[in-house]
Amino acid sequence: MVLHSKHLLGLDGIPQKDIITILDTAKSFREVLDRPIKRLPTLQGKTVVNLFYEPSTRTRISFELAEKRLSADIVSFSASNSSVKKGETLIDTVKNIEAMKIDMVVVRHSSPGVAHLLARVLTSHIINGGDGGHEHPTQALLDMFTIRQKLGNLQGKTIALVGDISHSRVAMSNIYGLKKVGARVLVCGPSTLIPREIEKLGIEVYYNIDEIIPQVDVLNILRLQLERQREALFPSLREYHNYFGITRERLEGATKPILIMHPGPMNRGIEISSDVADSDHSVILEQVTNGVAVRMAVLYLLAGGRSETH
Amino acid sequence: MKLTKNVIISRKGFQPLPSSILLKGGTIVDPLQNVNEQKDLMIENGQIVQLGRIESKNFEGDVLDCHKKVITPGWLDMHVHLREPGYEGKETVATGSLAAANGGFTGVCCMPNTAPPIDSQEIIQYIKDRSKGSLVNVYPVAAITKKREGKELAEILELVEQGAVAISDDGSPVMSAEIMRRALEYSKMCDIPVIGHEEDSTMTAGGDMNEGFVSTCQGLNGMPSVAEEIMIARDIMLAEYTDARFHVAHISTAKSVELVRQAKIKGIKVTCEVTPHHFTLIDETVRTFDTNTKMNPPLRTEVDRQALCEGLKDGTIDVIASDHAPHSFEEKEAEYIYAPFGIIGLETSLGLALSQLYHKKLISLEQLVNKFAVYPYRILNLECPEIKTGSVANLTIFDPQESWQVTPAKFLSKSANTPFANWKLKGKPFAVVNNNQIFVSVL
Repeated sequence: MVLHSKHLLGLDGIPQKDIITILDTAKSFREVLDRPIKRLPTLQGKTVVNLFYEPSTRTRISFELAEKRLSADIVSFSASNSSVKKGETLIDTVKNIEAMKIDMVVVRHSSPGVAHLLARVLTSHIINGGDGGHEHPTQALLDMFTIRQKLGNLQGKTIALVGDISHSRVAMSNIYGLKKVGARVLVCGPSTLIPREIEKLGIEVYYNIDEIIPQVDVLNILRLQLERQREALFPSLREYHNYFGITRERLEGATKPILIMHPGPMNRGIEISSDVADSDHSVILEQVTNGVAVRMAVLYLLAGGRSETH
Repeated sequence: MKLTKNVIISRKGFQPLPSSILLKGGTIVDPLQNVNEQKDLMIENGQIVQLGRIESKNFEGDVLDCHKKVITPGWLDMHVHLREPGYEGKETVATGSLAAANGGFTGVCCMPNTAPPIDSQEIIQYIKDRSKGSLVNVYPVAAITKKREGKELAEILELVEQGAVAISDDGSPVMSAEIMRRALEYSKMCDIPVIGHEEDSTMTAGGDMNEGFVSTCQGLNGMPSVAEEIMIARDIMLAEYTDARFHVAHISTAKSVELVRQAKIKGIKVTCEVTPHHFTLIDETVRTFDTNTKMNPPLRTEVDRQALCEGLKDGTIDVIASDHAPHSFEEKEAEYIYAPFGIIGLETSLGLALSQLYHKKLISLEQLVNKFAVYPYRILNLECPEIKTGSVANLTIFDPQESWQVTPAKFLSKSANTPFANWKLKGKPFAVVNNNQIFVSVL
């Protein structure tokens, strides 16, 4: 199996075929994760650099583990944007790193378009680990993988993205990916946190959680960026929780079992109550496990996808 | 001696005009004289001495072949950032003037967001000194408020006496309606326009592009069109209230054009300008994440772009000005959110205006000359150059039919931040004449 894309910059620009290939490949890597010995020699001799210009725990560890389980040589670099801004330019930094002979770069940055910028100036394969409010393709792929794992397929399923949609890279990548595989996508949140004209992406916009609960197969609950309250985008955490928080009580309106997802980190008691986060319907920790498998698949496929060692 | 193009081509700078020169075979377009016809033009010691059919056989001086060329009163770009003093790495008065001449302009207005800003007589004098002896006339625009902070009025009367032709805090809006009201009132004493950078900064803070479908897709912070429109609405009302002259810089939205159109119908003293990039490009180009698509005001939607073209056509938009904003390569070659706003425009304005407006039959050559020369001079209360015997020769000469490719390596600006690299344009600057000097374009 091979990909048509040289990089994974986002789910907007990638063909549907590649999405399916990644999800199918991830399935076999997911099985590897349950073996006592989880290491494969697939990327032996390949060097992957993780460039994290934005703080990250989960995504970074997930990528590092995926790389290690494929036996890649890895180097990780993290820096705050502000300190880097004063010194050499981003392009100079990455060209210097590439001059040390590497094969792949995973990049996270607060500016939309940084993965695209790297793809333009480097010859390595670029994986977007989150670029500002633009895209977070591996997160969306692991969400899609988890839905497929639990519900059998994605086509025809109704998935709601709930909460802070505006400048959510998770939401954008999910929308692009899910639309490509034929799912129905709803977004629901306060009107100030839903970006303009998003309905043009072929999705439905709601402002009332109770209206969507009877319709959905999946609730993907997004993290509320708490600093948004300072921007006057919503009045209080209390009101947010009362109207948009997913609680057990609110889920009583469901007409069928609903899969509960969250990309993390969770604000318990705000966008999601603990009893929902820890319920049987919650697949939040499975998402995290699947994240490693999906990232292994992406790394493997971008590296060429030829050595069938598992 | 025949003067060929090669003789006076020089990247080194402006050349003295031969004491006697014949511009042969060009079409003179001067709306002020109501002229649009082929005429030869003889210049002696920088002054137009003869117009009409002049035989070159018996002519003793130099001859510049102007067949297929259009000769018009010298063009004035009333919105240029020359970056001096303070940011000489991006542009200087000297390099900006060369870029202007290369692009077909004999005059520029330089905006006051320098360091220090143009808010004192000394800085105005400094800029005048730096442009002394140049082919290109440099007209400083002074700040409305001290340090461009929007808090206290600058010493406007003194600044005007020293040579400022208008006032503007360009780059920043005047957020206080009270300060704007007083600036308009005060400006009436010296009969200069107040040029507004119209942006409610409480709505645009942290923004990188136009707010709309594309900003949603790109995950970039939006700058809504309404942030421009509410400021234009406010300032039109203030201009009406104070009966002062108000000029909107770089108008960019459909509703802004409509506001100005209605204000003009009411007789309010409002004028406005548009940049070539706003009537050419739209926010869809930001999808490339090319930082040369990042400017303020941002590129808007196709609906807005069409309204700008309509405003140019029906006369609502008086002036085309480039908002030439040079930035160094390393500043622009950055992450999108860190790249500075602005692109250069002096060397592409003429080609874009001819390609996008004239060749698409939106405006005539006369209207083009009005928007590049007659109206900017009129708005600034300056005398527009004229093509008639006895006048000083201040001319822009271009070939409206010549196709060319934009090659930033040929720019004389110190910077090359343009989204139009490799574009094919129809209509090319040929030469400019002013202050007894000549410059033949090297584009």
